[in-house]
Amino acid sequence: MKEFLEGSLAVAEVVKLCKPGVISAYPITPQTHIVEELAQIVADGKLNAEFVNVESEHSALSCVLGAVATGVRAYTATSSQGLLYMGEVVFNVAGLRLPLVMTCANRAVSAPINIWNDQQDSVSLRDAGWIQFYAEDIQEAVDLHLIGYRLGEDKSMMLPVMVCMDGFILTHGIETVDMPTQEQVDKFLPAYQPLYKLDPQDPVTMGPLVDPEAYAETRYAIEKTLEEALKLIPKVTLEFAKVFARQYHGLVEEYRLKDADRAIVAMGSVCGTIKEVIDELRVKGKKVGLLKITSYRPFPAHEIYAALKNVNKVAVLDRALSLGSDAPLVSEIKALFFGKKNKPQVISSFIVGLGGRDITKDSIKEMLRLLTARERAAEFIDLKPELLKEKYE
Amino acid sequence: MFGPLIVKPGSSKNNKTGSWRTEVEPKFLKKNCIACKMCLLICPEGCIDGAEKNTYDFDPLYCKGCGNCAMICPKKDIEMVKEE
Repeated sequence: MKEFLEGSLAVAEVVKLCKPGVISAYPITPQTHIVEELAQIVADGKLNAEFVNVESEHSALSCVLGAVATGVRAYTATSSQGLLYMGEVVFNVAGLRLPLVMTCANRAVSAPINIWNDQQDSVSLRDAGWIQFYAEDIQEAVDLHLIGYRLGEDKSMMLPVMVCMDGFILTHGIETVDMPTQEQVDKFLPAYQPLYKLDPQDPVTMGPLVDPEAYAETRYAIEKTLEEALKLIPKVTLEFAKVFARQYHGLVEEYRLKDADRAIVAMGSVCGTIKEVIDELRVKGKKVGLLKITSYRPFPAHEIYAALKNVNKVAVLDRALSLGSDAPLVSEIKALFFGKKNKPQVISSFIVGLGGRDITKDSIKEMLRLLTARERAAEFIDLKPELLKEKYE
Repeated sequence: MFGPLIVKPGSSKNNKTGSWRTEVEPKFLKKNCIACKMCLLICPEGCIDGAEKNTYDFDPLYCKGCGNCAMICPKKDIEMVKEE
């Protein structure tokens, strides 16, 4: 049924429909509304789950790790500093091959402290072995939670999924959302069947010391499983379409890209703004397109190559940095074209919207204006040079 | 190169927190005030000032309408009233 919902409430509602047995979370802006609503849902008896209040994000993720290890579906959510504080457990969940869905309400990272949106938090944890999805709008955020549980719990995967949604823009924005029914969700998402679990009747040890004789194999297995995920994701989204009548590719989305000579590559909510700019420019006869990356991990290099190989100039929009080197997204886009015969003449890097600075249609147009034959390295859009100084006196 | 990272003391004056105010503001009745300074001390914005009895008042540029002053006043000499 279509409802006019705040992003956080829509996510809380869909998590309820996925029937997790354990939820544990520590509040942090802009994730708070999601877990506040879930706490209320559990307190009202509308969801038969344990809501575990904890003293930190490190404990929240440890708690749900333990829950999944005992064979129950679990959920948590966080942002920014909270995600970084979870850091070591983030690696543990993937390392133990425990399927979990966590929402990351994307927020900038301190210092200086900033509660607003960019994607530095989740991008910084891209190497942990999780599947990472980035949502463009609230509907997609809702749907990616369903797809996330189904995908991560697939017997060939057994990996955690992070659904990243831009803080405030999506968590606090209000949109019309087609909320699924319980029947639809039950049809798409069967009860969680663990491969192994902690059970006193049939004891096992999870995560014992693995010495140099075998550690590499545990990592290799995750690497190969994530490669397989590239094939499984489109299959799961096809299954999703059969039940919910909404079609996602799951890895990337091409928008007016077929005949484009210039393209923007981006992740997350900014894709909506970019699509509007593209529509305006197309009316004027400009051949511009968008490649939206939904799955950042696993990284769909093949799909990106196929989508961009005949595009003349590509602008890569990063909302995170790898300080001291190329921005995260652009470095991977450049790398996948290395040694290829068909490739864009120019792949320029633009840094936009850090710490919640608005990305307006003008910001996107400025990016396209700077997308010339001269390749740009880390061009900051909407930078205020007057705030910079060479030294403090 | 540096961005803006430090601020000098006194900068909170630049943030006119009164613009956040809820629909109510304190009314200092100035009848039974004993100059105990409790209102001045509890105010989270530090925007209450006064010296002698019945001279205390607030600065609407910074008052957020939290009502702490009215709550703490031992003489009930501060009321929260609807903003005009």
